[in-house]
Amino acid sequence: MGLIRILGAGVMGLSVATELVSRGHRVELVDPRPDPGPHGCSWWAGGMLAPFCEGESAEEPVERLGLGAIDWWDRHAGGVHRRGTLVLAQARDRSELDRFARRSRGHRSLHAGEIAALEPDLAGRFTSGLFYADEAHLSPRAALAALHQRLQAQGATFHTAPPDTTPDHIIDARGLAARDQLPDLRGVRGEMLVLRCPEVTLSRPVRLLHPRIPLYIVPRGDGVFMLGATMIESDRRGVVTARSVLELLSAAYALLPAFAEAELLETGADARPAFPDNLPHLRRRGATLFANGLYRHGFLLAPAVAAMVAEHLETGAAPEFMDEVLL
Amino acid sequence: MPVFYGTEIASALMLGTAQYPSPAILAEAFRAARPGIATVSLRREAGGGQGFWDLVSGLGARILPNTAGCHSVKEAVTTAHMARELFGTAWIKLEVIGHADTLQPDVVALIEAAAILSADGFEVFPYCTEDLSVCGRLLDAGCQVLMPWGAPIGSGRGINNAYGLRSLRAHFPQVPLVVDAGIGLPSHAAQAMEMGFDAVLLNSAVACAGDPAAMARAMALAVEAGRAAFAADPMEARDMAAPSTPVIGKAFLE
Repeated sequence: MGLIRILGAGVMGLSVATELVSRGHRVELVDPRPDPGPHGCSWWAGGMLAPFCEGESAEEPVERLGLGAIDWWDRHAGGVHRRGTLVLAQARDRSELDRFARRSRGHRSLHAGEIAALEPDLAGRFTSGLFYADEAHLSPRAALAALHQRLQAQGATFHTAPPDTTPDHIIDARGLAARDQLPDLRGVRGEMLVLRCPEVTLSRPVRLLHPRIPLYIVPRGDGVFMLGATMIESDRRGVVTARSVLELLSAAYALLPAFAEAELLETGADARPAFPDNLPHLRRRGATLFANGLYRHGFLLAPAVAAMVAEHLETGAAPEFMDEVLL
Repeated sequence: MPVFYGTEIASALMLGTAQYPSPAILAEAFRAARPGIATVSLRREAGGGQGFWDLVSGLGARILPNTAGCHSVKEAVTTAHMARELFGTAWIKLEVIGHADTLQPDVVALIEAAAILSADGFEVFPYCTEDLSVCGRLLDAGCQVLMPWGAPIGSGRGINNAYGLRSLRAHFPQVPLVVDAGIGLPSHAAQAMEMGFDAVLLNSAVACAGDPAAMARAMALAVEAGRAAFAADPMEARDMAAPSTPVIGKAFLE
């Protein structure tokens, strides 16, 4: 198949590169800033591999195609924690928990004792919850670095500008930057915080449901926790707003008052690339194949989209997320 | 059909555009219900919401920007000015929140903001309570539409104070009145229309349904049914059974 050039070295580009290299193809990546870092949307991700929880509000393919992500990341990056997801709501928001249970699969109900057995910190705080045993989480920054490193070790090359080569195929995986070619792509702003709170021992992602301010907390190890994430119809990037910090911290405090004494290590915001149906799409335009629109499902869906890209390049088939060919 | 500030609207259903699972599902809901007006928020989206606002502008409904998320006169007035620039409309749904938990309107700040905006050429749709004197003051401030709540925003509790809303309808027979917020079910929407309200504005009931498009359609049908029922001059409720066929002379007591 010759040389494949991938534009963009975020979670989409690195996943496509990894999938192609694992199938024996030759790739080069082009990104003005090819190392994983805060310039990329996936740097700020939660890293929850939670196909069932996401299935509560996402379209059907998200759960089905997200299921394979856990093994994929384990195989290609390591660092996957298979400890499930805990979903909770405060007593007055009990109806949120019922709705979440009704609209998702892959869970079982927990009573107070079972919650405490899973996460001793939460003993006595919640009377009921949901447990999604088959979900997992990873640290996005470590995972991106692992892909980057392994790709380099396997001979993939990284460039800040297009090198003087003649690629046979071009994969455009630039995320929101590809809006110059994909006019229906929009940004959905997400804000996150990182706290250090060594006295808290939560070992798996915890989601706190709330009618207005839903929260998730993902443990990063060593007493560090990521709190996320807002969903705002805006492509503004960069700094977080006071209101968002206030809401995320209030929700964390409601979950566990011990967070009040945490150190606030980091705040961050970026815009997720999304198409109108909030699902990824592949589009072919001449020699270029666009792979974009991971929305809030970067780590969950990148492996499936990468496999579709490889399949299309190898067989010419039109995979599930492929739109009509644009000439 | 309702007439707001001299503009006739094709449907008595008004739909919000927040909280849908995706813009594609939002568009599907709008196709299913064909609401006359779409409300859209901009305070939190400021500085980057153009992509979404373009999508909303393409939904085929007239845009009514709102000041959701504002807690003071100053914030609401600033947001209204931004809305006028962004959407090229003098219409503004004025929300000034007085209580963070229940999202109750701050009616004092609302009247003040309504006066400032009306004097500045805005056509204000105030989100208010059903209080008669507050509503009177809003009309004095220049509002030509009132949007009393059915119940707190997002609560889905329906018409909390039917007596109060009926009384409001009776006191201001010529003013376009919209029941805004609290509608959870089509029966709530129908009830508001049966009471003679000109329109119903809702968002969460559709956006948070398992099938938003199906619920949007159900709401549109309910609004239409309620409107037709009001126009048909419904019978009064009675304490006594009143058989609809005469029984005297029939041999039914043999």
